[in-house]
Amino acid sequence: MSATVAAAPGVIRRALHGTGARFGLAIAAVFLALTVFAPLVAPFDPYEQDLSNALSPPSELHWFGADQYGRDTLSRIVYGTRTALLAIVMADGLALLVGGSLGLVAGYLGGRVDASIMRLVDVLLAFPYLLLALIIVAVLGPSLTNSVIAIGIIYTPQYARLMRGQVLSVQAADFVMAARAIGAGRLRVMLRHVLPNSFTPVLVLATLQSGAVVVETAGLSFLGLGAQPPSPDWGALLADGHAYFLTAWWIATFPGMAIFLVVVGFNLLGDALRDQYDPRLRAR
Amino acid sequence: MGSYVAARLIQLLFVLIGVSVVVFVTMHLLPGDVAQLLLGDHATNEQLQRLREQLGLDQPVWVQYGRFMREALRGDLGVSVQSNRPALDDVVTAFPVTLQLALASLLLASLCGVPVGVLAAVRQGSRFDAVVMTLTLFGVSMPIFWLGLMLLVMFAAGLGWLPVGGLMPVGLDPPRLTGMSVVDSLLSGNATMIGASVRHMLLPAVTLASVPLALIARITRAEVLSAATADHVRTARAKGLADSRVILRHILRNAAIPIVTVIGLQLGLLLSGAVLTETIYSLPGLGRLMVDSILSRDYSVVQAGALFIAVVFVLVNLAVDILYAALDPRISRS
Repeated sequence: MSATVAAAPGVIRRALHGTGARFGLAIAAVFLALTVFAPLVAPFDPYEQDLSNALSPPSELHWFGADQYGRDTLSRIVYGTRTALLAIVMADGLALLVGGSLGLVAGYLGGRVDASIMRLVDVLLAFPYLLLALIIVAVLGPSLTNSVIAIGIIYTPQYARLMRGQVLSVQAADFVMAARAIGAGRLRVMLRHVLPNSFTPVLVLATLQSGAVVVETAGLSFLGLGAQPPSPDWGALLADGHAYFLTAWWIATFPGMAIFLVVVGFNLLGDALRDQYDPRLRAR
Repeated sequence: MGSYVAARLIQLLFVLIGVSVVVFVTMHLLPGDVAQLLLGDHATNEQLQRLREQLGLDQPVWVQYGRFMREALRGDLGVSVQSNRPALDDVVTAFPVTLQLALASLLLASLCGVPVGVLAAVRQGSRFDAVVMTLTLFGVSMPIFWLGLMLLVMFAAGLGWLPVGGLMPVGLDPPRLTGMSVVDSLLSGNATMIGASVRHMLLPAVTLASVPLALIARITRAEVLSAATADHVRTARAKGLADSRVILRHILRNAAIPIVTVIGLQLGLLLSGAVLTETIYSLPGLGRLMVDSILSRDYSVVQAGALFIAVVFVLVNLAVDILYAALDPRISRS
C-alpha cells in the first residue's frame, strides 16, 4: 500500500484542526443527525394539512410558521434533509462512479481511448452546468430522481479530469513499476495499485461538490423540474414561498436558511481538506 | 499569436460539432413518438406515418443529423408549439433580456469585487480582511434563488422601495430597438422610462451578481497577495516607492491578467445561470423561456435555446482565451 493512502487519515485529521473546518464538520454532523432522526425531531407530520392554520406566522406551536396548506414548515425542513442527503449521495455517487471510471480508464490506457474519452469530456464541459441539467431533465422528465441524475451527469467531467490527472501521476510511481515488474496484470495494477492511490483527491472534490449539489437540486426543484409536490424538498418549499412572499415571508426564509447553512458547512469542510492537499492555497 | 488563434478556432469547430451532436442526440432520446406528440392522441396511423416521413423521422439517425445541421446552419430549428413562431425567433427575442441582466450583474460584481479584493489583500489579516473572507464565503454559499426571494421580501414587499418583478411597469414600454429595457429607455431619452427600467433591473442584477462578486473578490485578493511577493515588487519597495504606487503600478498590473480572465469567464456562466433570477423576478429571458418550454414540452424551443446558449458560451470563452493570450504572450507561445 502506498504512502498516499496511508497518509489520507492523517491529512483528514490535520484538516479538521481549524476552526472553520470544525464548524463545517459540526453543521454536517447536525445535518446527518437530522436525516436519521427526522421522525423524532420534527414536531409534526410533514404531509399533514391543517387548513385552519394555513399561512400562520411563526408561533409557539409552529416555530417556523405554516405553509398555504397549514403544514408545519419546521417539520418539512427537517424531512427535507433526507432529500438533500439523497441528492448528495446519488448525484455525487453517480459523478464519482462514472467520471472516476472514465478518468481511470483514460489515464491508465492512454492513446486513442484517452483521446476519445477526453474529447467527450471537453464537449460536456462546453455546456454551462445549468443548461446541461435543463437539457437532461427535458429528456428524462421533471422528477427528483431525474434531476439528481442530471446533476450527477453535469459533474461527471470534473471527476473524469481529476481522476485522469491523478492516474497519470500515480502510474509513474516506483511502486506501480514494481508491481508491473513482478508480473501483475494490467487490470490488477489499475484496480489494486493505481485506483486506491488516486482516490483521495477525488473524495476531497466530492466533499467540495456536496454543497453545490444541494443548491443545484434545490434550484431545479424551485423551477418545478425536480421534486414534485407534496414532497418536502427544500427547493420546492422555496417555490411555495415564492408564490406567497408578499404575505408569508417565513415559508421561503427558513428553508433557504437551511440550504445556506448546509452549503457553508460543506464548503468549509471542503476548503479545509483542499488546503491540506494543496498547501500553496493556505497562504491565500 | 496568429497561429494560437487559428489553433483555438479549429478546436472551437470540433467543440461546436460535439455540442450539436449532444443536443441532437439528447433531443432524439425523448421518450415517446415526436409525431404523436405533435399530432396528439387522436391522430390516425396514416397521419402519423405521413408526418414521420415529412420530418424525416423514418430516415437513419446520421441522415437526420445531417438534415438537422443543414437546417440549423440556415437558422431553421423548427417551430414553437406554444407561440407558433420559428423557435429561433423566440430565442432571439428573449436573449437581450438575459444579456442585459448578465452584463449588469457582471458590471456590478467587477466594480465591487475588484476594489474589495485589493483592499482585503493590502490589509491581509486585519478585521476588514476577515469580514471580506467571511462575506465572500457566504456569497458563494448562498443559493441565489433564496437571496432573490429575501431581497424581494425586504425591498419590494416590506419597504416597498423597488418593484416585485418584470422589466417595466405595465403600460410603460420603450420603443424596442435592442430588446434591452435599460438601453432602449436610455435611447428613448425619457427620464421616467430610464428610472423605471433601472429600478426594475436593480434587484435582479444584485441577486445574480452575488456569486461572481464573491469569486472576483476572492480571486483578486489571492492574485494581489501572490503578485505582492514577487522580486520586482520587493525591489520597488526597496527603492522607496510609495505604497499606493507599488500597488497600482507593480502589483495590480501583474495581478490583472487572471482577474480579467475570471471576470470574462463569469459572463458565459451568468448568461446561462440567469434562469433562476429570471424566474424569481418574472423576467422574460432565455432561461425562463427554456424552463417554460420544458414544462410545456415545446422541444423545438428547448433545442434551439440549448444550441444558442451553448454556442454563445463557447464563443465567449474563446474570446476570453484570446484576450488572455493577448495580455500574456507566454500563453500563445506555449
